[in-house]
Amino acid sequence: MRAWSALAIVVVLLGVAWVASGTGGGQAVIGTVIPYLAVALFLAGMVARVIGWARSPVPFRITTTCGQQRSLPWIPSATLDNPHTGWGAVRRMVLEVLLFRSLFRNTRSELRPTERLVYESDKVLWVAALAFHWSFLVILLRHLRFFLEPIPRLVPLLETVDGFFQLTVPTLFLTDALIVAALLYLLGRRVLNVQLRYLSLAADYFPLFVLLTIATTGILMRYVTKVDLVGAKELAMGLVTFHPVVPQGIGTLFFVHLFFVSVLFAYFPFSKLVHMGGVFLSPTRNLANNNRARRHVSPWNPEVKVHTYEQWEEEFRDKLVAAGIPLDKE
Amino acid sequence: MYDGGKIVAGLVVFLVLVTVPVWLNALAGGTPRAPELELPRDESRCVEPAAVMRATHMELLDTWRDSVVRSDDRFFTLEDGRRVERSLSRTCLGCHDRKDAFCDRCHDYLAVSPYCWDCHVIPEGGTALAAAGGGVR
Repeated sequence: MRAWSALAIVVVLLGVAWVASGTGGGQAVIGTVIPYLAVALFLAGMVARVIGWARSPVPFRITTTCGQQRSLPWIPSATLDNPHTGWGAVRRMVLEVLLFRSLFRNTRSELRPTERLVYESDKVLWVAALAFHWSFLVILLRHLRFFLEPIPRLVPLLETVDGFFQLTVPTLFLTDALIVAALLYLLGRRVLNVQLRYLSLAADYFPLFVLLTIATTGILMRYVTKVDLVGAKELAMGLVTFHPVVPQGIGTLFFVHLFFVSVLFAYFPFSKLVHMGGVFLSPTRNLANNNRARRHVSPWNPEVKVHTYEQWEEEFRDKLVAAGIPLDKE
Repeated sequence: MYDGGKIVAGLVVFLVLVTVPVWLNALAGGTPRAPELELPRDESRCVEPAAVMRATHMELLDTWRDSVVRSDDRFFTLEDGRRVERSLSRTCLGCHDRKDAFCDRCHDYLAVSPYCWDCHVIPEGGTALAAAGGGVR
């Protein structure tokens, strides 16, 4: 199973991070050099990938439609599923990015014992994907408390909503539980479903293992073995104000967490995770279907030397007249 | 580049959002320092070592509350013989008499809003309360 190689890489990284985090020098490298490198790689990589996509010509609107195209005024058209204006495409994109509308149409096929192939709607993947992505976003925004001084009001607001049930001390954040559950589902479906296991590559498992490691170390730091949060914030503030410091005694687990976050950032632009940028550049989603309403000229069409019948008739006019052949233009 | 303007604008928005901590802190100005706590003047021993308190004071208070509220078990004895009342207002704030110069310093720095004060009144100067019969004896 290709999951094993991905798991092996994560275990090796975990070992490296664990050993390095135990030493002062290792903490200095993981706390200063590696985050800067990772974020630089992330930003430059993302820009390069997006520019790369942007340079591909899209002369024609690729329309994968899920509704009636706009044609005659008395035929109702599906303006959301088959938009013919830019704003319609924007509305489709907003729903796609925020609610994963395409994934809502997810189906699965199954061979029933009666030897019948059955297709059915499968919303579980959609729910798990939403749970994962939104939890991750909320967790990311909550982490702003370590990176900003003063802390914007959004952060305590998110914490209040996220810790609504005040279940444990420190208060359990619902997103912490949700993200682990969602990640385990996303991993589980690849491992347990035979067809998906066949399709899955190490590159599909690796990000899941990395994210699970990040979530687990974060949860351990909050609820189980504590780290020095004031020191953690000093380090984070040092990074974003470009005066990096590595305070003493934050705790090994913090540096493991930070190392894996750096791994995720560095890996991001080179992996399937770039769908974060790619979703905005999906030609089937972000282009209005106006192929019939407007003329789209392909830029790589060779220039065709045209000699129309009109011109030909003009060229041979006297000969045509002499031969008594009828002319279009007398 | 097709729709180059829109794509570059999107990239700029992305870069601005990712670098929020960098430019927001730069706008706020100055490198903030870690909070400094005002420690009690005439008591140097807490109920646990400082490192333990720093990490797990919230859990300690949680167990204190449970034993007081559920088992009416209000006092316990430390290894060095001090008898301690399980009380946030009288014991903790008996020594750390200024919440704003102790509790709040770290909590504000890290956007922690414990719900202690949903019920507890913030005492004005804890020494008087300690003298009134609670606290460490």
